[in-house]
Amino acid sequence: MPEQKTIAATGNIFVAEAMRQCAPDVMAAYPITPQTTIVEEYAKFVAQGKVHTEYVTVESEHSAMSACVGASAAGARVMTATSSQGLALMWEELHIASGMRLPIVMANANRALSAPINIHCDHSDVMGARDTGWVILFAETAQEAYDNTIVACRVAEDPDVLLPVMTCLDGFITTHSIDRGQTIDDETVKAFVGERKPDYALLDTANPVSHGSFAGLGGPFFEFKRSQRDAIDRSKPVVERVGAEWSKIVGRPFGLIETWGLEDADVAVVVIGSSAGNARHVARQLRAEGGTKAAVVKIRCFRPFPAAELAAALKGMKAVAVLDRAESFGAEGGPLFLETRSALYDLERRVPVVNYIYGLGGADVKLELMRRVYSDLSDIASGAAAAEGLRYLGAR
Amino acid sequence: MSEPKWDLTRLGEWKAEEFPLGAVIPEAGNSQYYRTGGWRSERPVRDPKVCTQCLLCWIVCPDAAIRVAEEKIADDTFDYDHCKGCGVCANECPVDAITMVPEGCELTEAEKDA
Amino acid sequence: MQQLTEIRWHARAGQGAVTAAKLVADTALELDQYIQAMPEYGPERMGAPIQAFTRLSAAPIEIHCNIEDPNVVVVLDESLLPIVDVARGLTADGTIIVNTCKTPEEIRRELGIDHGHVATVDASGISLATLKRDIPNTPMIGALAKVTGLFTLEQVADHLRKSFGKKFTAEVVDANVESVTRAYREVAAA
Repeated sequence: MPEQKTIAATGNIFVAEAMRQCAPDVMAAYPITPQTTIVEEYAKFVAQGKVHTEYVTVESEHSAMSACVGASAAGARVMTATSSQGLALMWEELHIASGMRLPIVMANANRALSAPINIHCDHSDVMGARDTGWVILFAETAQEAYDNTIVACRVAEDPDVLLPVMTCLDGFITTHSIDRGQTIDDETVKAFVGERKPDYALLDTANPVSHGSFAGLGGPFFEFKRSQRDAIDRSKPVVERVGAEWSKIVGRPFGLIETWGLEDADVAVVVIGSSAGNARHVARQLRAEGGTKAAVVKIRCFRPFPAAELAAALKGMKAVAVLDRAESFGAEGGPLFLETRSALYDLERRVPVVNYIYGLGGADVKLELMRRVYSDLSDIASGAAAAEGLRYLGAR
Repeated sequence: MSEPKWDLTRLGEWKAEEFPLGAVIPEAGNSQYYRTGGWRSERPVRDPKVCTQCLLCWIVCPDAAIRVAEEKIADDTFDYDHCKGCGVCANECPVDAITMVPEGCELTEAEKDA
Repeated sequence: MQQLTEIRWHARAGQGAVTAAKLVADTALELDQYIQAMPEYGPERMGAPIQAFTRLSAAPIEIHCNIEDPNVVVVLDESLLPIVDVARGLTADGTIIVNTCKTPEEIRRELGIDHGHVATVDASGISLATLKRDIPNTPMIGALAKVTGLFTLEQVADHLRKSFGKKFTAEVVDANVESVTRAYREVAAA
């Protein structure tokens, strides 16, 4: 196993380091809190000559993703980072990147969307982009943000996939907290990610091609979308395979979902991102106190959605709580709830599922709030309460 | 006109996986295979007696449908497989040597003389 | 070191609480501890009251939230005492360390608490004498080491030399080490 270095750094520094090791040919970026320190740190790498990346400073995120699309179509390995309003401003290009099948890797520092103005963590930004055709990975910790970035590079460029990948980490909680983690040597990463070998590069002047073509009424647009659906479906085993390969090198787990305490649990919490640790911590306390036997299921890969894996994990639970750090206003519940309940629909025995919206705009995910979730789950499991209603966890 | 590198005759039946990745068109200059002549409702006709060989029509034609041979407008002037009948050439001709004629009509001798 | 130590820092923006939270975490990392250090970010300007947090543990730390029940509270600016409830959630045997000329007894009366331990040190005075500027964060780490026993004076000084040595002149590094040493010796607890 290659030697790893233990360091203390923020999640953003871990991401910038992983990007440096993947050595993209082009980075086009625009700063936005709490992502800024990723591209700032990367700009330092460029200035210090530690990477040979063409660093394009642009006037907006709309331009950032446009430049990424152009560079990726030209055949370059391309990376960028954004957050919140910046991701929202990229919206049309997100579809273009996936439709043109460009393997761009982008870090997203999960942050609330205005209004009111807020710079802190929730998943409204990425959940708004969940149907744009990107593969979406989430990190719980700075370490996972590092690992996800490297895995994303391989997944995006895999010939069976060729789709852009977004790697998400929780704004401030993960991006700005100093956390202990490990980095591996440059050579190992370089060998792992390899080189991008594009099929149709604009810069390949011996084989001229057109990118960004028209497919109108009666044309093949419908079929193109079908092939995009096939590609993201194919990405699932690729994420698993590449993740497992990386896991073997670094000795850390990597799964589409990651489960804790599943074996003998009566109830379970489904959660994404940094709050998964809070959920496990309280579940562990409750078990030590002789209380509820709860499992925690963390979603690491949100797109493609691991529906079958989730159904297998939650089968037989007496009650399940889905924690959403984003709203889907007017829907039955948050985005993760909708996906989870749908994933459980085909189970023979109905699993009661309840939805909590939590932590919007960085609202602190206090441990006592997690306790309340488990307490509600016990009541539902015992039949003392019904699994109904959308619950705003901890809102005054 | 050269032959296309990919067989497009069955294009309308292609399945999703048969299209090039990401809607890329993997061959440059393929618009020649798409015959737009059928779009025309009027076709241009040149009167060689009036034409001064200024080549302005050749410059302005948006479909490169005006043939030139040895730096002169060719006798077989229009590529009717690709001319869409837009009339730009007739409009721009400084000596009115090009006339737009409704498709299906022939010029009378009198019209030709005029 | 106990299983999990949670430290909450109270300061005004610009006083170096975030740097201190990080320094403590880095010192612990060198002792192969697991660490977490984060400021409570916001649009604060110089002088606005801020909080920062440090977690230290022998085992991996998996929780990500603010510290509600700190084992240790460090107050870098005593003018915060009347406006911020710095003792909020302090554990029964927790320790609160305040940068002040006052005695621990006086501060305990001001805080109105009858549990935990109160310690005081004139970190600003020490800073002015050694660093010629009022940057109380490094001396407070000396006081923290002494009162909590989390680190020895040597461990703190070694880390300071290592991390500051990369950025500052030997003179500045020595002055910082002196400030830590003085605070370590002069902190009073009750």
